[in-house]
Parts: sequence; C-alpha cells; structure tokens
Amino acid sequence: MRTLEQTTDEVLNLAAAHFKVRRAELSPGDDFYKKLGIDSLQALELLTRLENHFAVELPDYEVQGVSDFRTLAARIQARL
Amino acid sequence: MNVHRGKTLSWSIVNGVAEAELHLAPCNEIGTAMLEDLERFLKALPELEQRAGALIFYSSRKEGFSAGADLRELHARSLEASERERLEGVRDFLLRIHHVLNTLDASPLTMIAAVHGVCFGGGLELALACDLIVADKMARFAFPELRLGLIPGFGGIPRLRRDVANSVVRDLLLTGRSINAAKALAVGLASQVAGEGEALRVARSAAAQILKFDRAASAAAKRFAKPIPLEELRREIDLFCELFARPAVMEGLRKFVESTDAHPYLP
Repeated sequence: MRTLEQTTDEVLNLAAAHFKVRRAELSPGDDFYKKLGIDSLQALELLTRLENHFAVELPDYEVQGVSDFRTLAARIQARL
Repeated sequence: MNVHRGKTLSWSIVNGVAEAELHLAPCNEIGTAMLEDLERFLKALPELEQRAGALIFYSSRKEGFSAGADLRELHARSLEASERERLEGVRDFLLRIHHVLNTLDASPLTMIAAVHGVCFGGGLELALACDLIVADKMARFAFPELRLGLIPGFGGIPRLRRDVANSVVRDLLLTGRSINAAKALAVGLASQVAGEGEALRVARSAAAQILKFDRAASAAAKRFAKPIPLEELRREIDLFCELFARPAVMEGLRKFVESTDAHPYLP
C-alpha cells in the first residue's frame, strides 16, 4: 500500500513527464492548472492518465474544485 | 462515389470498408450542420451497403469523438423563437436525429465507432447506434444531460440499456460522471480498448476481420442480436420534450453558453 507521500510523488512525476515540466519545479501545493498551463480538457486528460496509472476510478464530481496536486493525490489515496 | 467531403462529416471506402470521418470544430457538436450531413450520409448509405462490408465512424478532431449536442445553437434558436416554436423545433430535431440513428442501427453493415477523447451526450448516442465501440485508452464517456435538467435525447437511455446493466445506466445518468475506457470495457459499453492514438487502427483491424464473413449472415446475426427498442425511443422523445418545456432548462442552457470555461461540456 502506497503512502500519501508516495502517491503524491507519483502524481507529480506523471504530471511532469506528460506535460513536459521539470519535476523539480512542481510541489504538492501547486495549482496544477497554473503550473502545468492546462485547461479543463487537459485536466480531464490528466485525470484519465491518473486513473489508468493507479487503476482507480476518480468520478469527476470528486475532483471538481480541486486544483492542487496534494488534494488530488488525497482523492486518489482514498480509493487505493 | 469513393469520397464525399462534407462540412462536418466526410466518407469514403477504403479496402472494402466505409469510413465516416467527423471533423467539425471544436469537437463535432451535433447541431443542424452535423444533422444535415448525417442525413446526406443516410442517402448515400444504400450504396455504401452495396459496396462495403463494414463501416467505421471516427473523429479527426483531437479533442475527441464528439462533445454531444450543439447546445450553443440550441440556446440561440430558443431565444429567437416563441415557446411553441421552441418546443416544435426541438421535437423536429429529435425526430430527424432519431431517424438517422435508427437507420444506422438497422443497417446491414457492421458498424464500429472508433472513439478517442471526449464521447459525451449525443456523441455517445451516435457511438451506441454502432455495433462495436473501440475505445482509445484515453477516451471518456458521459451523459451529462441532467446538468441541464434534461435526459439524453438522441436515444441514449434505450440504447445504453440494451448494452449494459441498468445500475450502470443509472450511475452514468444520475451522477453525470464520465468514465474511462477501462471502465467502459468492464461494464460492456466498449468492446475493445486500444492504445493511445490507436483506436482507428484497431477498428480497421476489426473491420478487416468482419469482411471475411458472409454479409447476409452478418446482417442476420446483427438483426437477431441487436433489436432496436423503437417504443422506448419514441417515449424518450416525449419525455425529453416534456422536460425541455420547463424554464429551468433555458436557465441551464444560458449558464452553459455564458460559461467562460474553454470546455463547458465537461461534467
């Protein structure tokens, strides 16, 4: 079982790799819309990638209003 | 007729397989222009049925297969019209799109929807009229209509009920949430999952397999396995129109149209 820290780290790694941002520039408290420069469609793409990576379902309504990596990771952790 | 290029929909025959390409920006919204092209496609269908053994619907828009009904057009037309005209216009549109989808559903051709990205609302209803859905692993499926105080109006519930458990229908409908390709496969909505960017290739491979079979036998198997729920489809139009008459729907449409979000169709 992953810890929340590990989950958060994997979320940041995946986001950095996919959206071509240096991993060192990302922190758990960052607003991923701003930091990754993404819109809502790309956020949905990120959600899908995270679902595929962690093999979980993240209903849209659970991540609605979520914009920082830490909270996103916590939502995932709750379903692992 | 090997290639037809429309404003929103183009089709051709490639290696004995008809391919229909959706290409309306931003994400193949189904409004009057798309409906008219689909009606043109229906006129060409008898010839395609003679010359091809399978049909693939796919989108060349990077955003996805289709974001669903053109709600901006629906809102704009509703503003210009009287209450009676508004309801008559919606019923007329629904009757026309139902005719299109029922005809596709009943075609002897085996039809495959190669789906990537967004496949929401009316887009999902188009995919559900096909026989197989091949889903790119990044595809997402949803019926977000309840957000507007509506139900899916292009045959969504009757056709979804035909393919998946009623609990899944209720989940998608009543929460409006989107599901990914793995979930769509698990619940029986999708037939196959393709790698990223590979849905069309996988659909072509399935079509090549389908071409090996006797067409009359394939058509008979399709008719037997996939009855068209015509009575439910008719009732869906009535229920949609009943809901559409409520002021809350116009308010929902107004909020959608005024949204500053780049992708307001997302749940």
